Amino acid sequence: MSDEHKHSPAQPSEAPLHGLLAEYDRPEQVLAAAKKIRDAGFTKWDTFTPFPVHGIDDAMGIKMTILPWFTLCAGLTGLGSAILLQWWTNAFDYPWLISGKPMWSIPANVPIMFELTVLLSAITTLVGMLMLNNLPLPSHPLDHVRRFAKVSDDKFFLLIEASDPKFDDADTRALLNGTHPAAIEAVFEDRITVDKLPTGLVYGLIIVAVMAVVPFALAAKARYTKSSGTRIHIIQDMDSQPKYKAQRENPFFADNRATRPAIDGTVAVGDAREDDHFYKGKQGDAWARTFPSEITLSEATMDRGRQRFGIYCTPCHGQAGLGDGMVAKRADSLAQGSWIPPTNITQDYLRQMPVGQLFSEISNGVRNMPAYGPQIKTEDRWAIIMYVRALQRSKSGNVNDLPPDARASLK
Amino acid sequence: MAISDVNPFEAPPKGANMFAQITDNVSRIAETDKPPRAWYIAFGFAQILLIIFFSSLGYVVWNGIGAWGNMMPVAWGFPIVNFVFWIGIGHAGTLISAVLFLFRQNWRTAINRFAEAMTIFAVVCAGIFPGMHIGRPWLPYYMFPIPNQMDMWPQFRSPLEWDVFAVSTYATVSILFWYMGMIPDFATFRDRATTTARRVAYGIVAMGWRGSSRQWHVYERAYLILAALATPLVLSVHSVVSFDFATAQLPGWHATIFPPYFVAGAIFGGFAMVVTLAVPARQFFGLKRIITIRHLELMNKVIMATGLIVGYAYGMEFFIAWYSGGKYEQFTFINRAFGPYAWAYWTMISCNVILPQLHWIPKFRQNPWCTLAIGLVVNVGMWFERFVIICTSLSRDFLPSSWGYFVPTPVDLATLGGSFGLFFTLFLLFCRYLPMVAMAEVKAFSPAAHSHADHH
Repeated sequence: MSDEHKHSPAQPSEAPLHGLLAEYDRPEQVLAAAKKIRDAGFTKWDTFTPFPVHGIDDAMGIKMTILPWFTLCAGLTGLGSAILLQWWTNAFDYPWLISGKPMWSIPANVPIMFELTVLLSAITTLVGMLMLNNLPLPSHPLDHVRRFAKVSDDKFFLLIEASDPKFDDADTRALLNGTHPAAIEAVFEDRITVDKLPTGLVYGLIIVAVMAVVPFALAAKARYTKSSGTRIHIIQDMDSQPKYKAQRENPFFADNRATRPAIDGTVAVGDAREDDHFYKGKQGDAWARTFPSEITLSEATMDRGRQRFGIYCTPCHGQAGLGDGMVAKRADSLAQGSWIPPTNITQDYLRQMPVGQLFSEISNGVRNMPAYGPQIKTEDRWAIIMYVRALQRSKSGNVNDLPPDARASLK
Repeated sequence: MAISDVNPFEAPPKGANMFAQITDNVSRIAETDKPPRAWYIAFGFAQILLIIFFSSLGYVVWNGIGAWGNMMPVAWGFPIVNFVFWIGIGHAGTLISAVLFLFRQNWRTAINRFAEAMTIFAVVCAGIFPGMHIGRPWLPYYMFPIPNQMDMWPQFRSPLEWDVFAVSTYATVSILFWYMGMIPDFATFRDRATTTARRVAYGIVAMGWRGSSRQWHVYERAYLILAALATPLVLSVHSVVSFDFATAQLPGWHATIFPPYFVAGAIFGGFAMVVTLAVPARQFFGLKRIITIRHLELMNKVIMATGLIVGYAYGMEFFIAWYSGGKYEQFTFINRAFGPYAWAYWTMISCNVILPQLHWIPKFRQNPWCTLAIGLVVNVGMWFERFVIICTSLSRDFLPSSWGYFVPTPVDLATLGGSFGLFFTLFLLFCRYLPMVAMAEVKAFSPAAHSHADHH
């Protein structure tokens, strides 16, 4: 079956002798022969079998391979790189807090450590096996021995190489004969297989190698040059959609605006704010001096006001409204000179100011204080004013303002 | 019509001795011009399913994963059920090739090669589902630690990220192990080749293997190391898959029993798939001399053992739910058995716990067709196990206001059915062109290889 492709042996006169090949039918025969050759002191010889014959390592005196050490080194490398990778990415380069766990906590990183250890070990084991066995090996003198094709089927072979110092054509042949082989054949050096690669293949490989550089060259060019063209956007996702966005042009309308302005006289739901006292702090053209009827003077409203004041006002004005909030203190410590200090809200002119005007200043802002109207609900702004009035009162009060029993505790 | 017309492999293998007969019995399958008719029928059927698979995946890529039935609260649905199902199938292959090797179970040599092939093809099928389920399947590189324009890294403390590493490592190591095992058999194919194309093709993959004993020595050591590496790996893969569930707070998922329970289930389902493939393969490719009734019986015993572990886990989940006193946990398990998914739960129990008990009777576990039937039943049961775990727990968790009921769409069913097309296409091509049985290993453990012991 293999006759068609196996070349005929080289002419003995042309090719030097590679070695002597003995064929055996049974594994125990090659095992016995191997012991003899080992004891005869040969060094450059080998047996070839269709499967690993049990006991042949001892019979040939094969030393334990160093492959496990390769695997160990690769495993440790895998372990180390997994630790480094996870520490670098999640704890150092881009620290990332997950569920309040420590930035660097080993247990959650164990699975990746295990996987990379196994991955590197396994790849190294296969590559190391091939390396130690000199594989891939495309050509060998035995390829030209017809009977040797059976080595992967049911025959067992023993080859003594001519380069062995103990090799002697006649003596070695006699020694092999004593091992009862089925056949002995001389193997000649490989003169048929061309050592050089075919020219076409060489040029092909050069072309492929050059082509392989092209994408990297293009990437490098793109990295270090400027371009006015749009970026290549292979997967669009939903980044570009056929729609008009706000503030863009739309030729469909006469005014070319994509954003449609409200029609004159339109009032949005809930925007019909007709009560000027409540919404603007005005009674007629003058600032209101009283709280609107929507606000009830009560402990609950006062508490609400204190709470809102704490949230929105204390950062600048401070807990007591003296203009000494954390922001103000920080600005003072920076001493940049451009800071307009927040107002002490217990000053006289503010105590005299109508509540309607206070409401307007909170809602619309004053000097560098921004407008809080959009952030704080209308009734809450009134509640804050109520609390502000309480703070102002507290600054000008005396002991007689306290209830009699509380007065006693101060003494 | 003679039997040999339908099946060219009925004839006894040629060869003067046992080694040559083993070679012939396995090699002729890949060398024949005309495989059995059953192969063509199976391949045609697999092609139809494969077309359905790629069409449905194309539909999902184009339209988005809304084409599937996953919707809050059951956001995982079929894709993750199918993922866990397929990745579980793979485990039997690695168990046979690595764990049984370490335990010196020499009977494994008859079945390890195609069980390993099954592993790889199952992992291929499995990998597709989470890849699609991420929603934008063109961005899977987000999951790998590749420096990118966003300056962002994967989150290594997430079980889903562990999964990426576990499954890709598992796929890589399985392929390496499989390929290394085939090198000597590729050499046999190369040496027997009658055409230049075959000689060159098998010659390249055989890498110039010539059976030198010095090479066998390193090769055997490498095989042992790979087996020792693959053994903890196979246990880790399904443990990590189970972490996807167990580290969540969801009742029915948050359980410490999950890793061993998942691994046992994976081996259970995987062996069922091995027998499902082994019975027709030995029938149609004339491998009855190599894969004997004894092999089937041993595999059936493994199925029974792991099936009992799985049954124990089902019971233990109920016990823990009661014993923990957690009312959400208790509700989840009552809901599993008697809620809207009771039909799925009892399908699972029947297929995984009740029907495999037939194998207590020797007559059943020694009958190839009975083996095949139970194998199919267990495959169905193990698919439903994953469906039950995912759908019952997600559809009814803490808040009744967020309860739902998962209903698959036709695209879901086409994707699931189609994935079998990919699996069987790959497997049938493997049967046709690669050494289906590890010839060198079978020879090494054949009686003829050990007769020298008599002379000592």
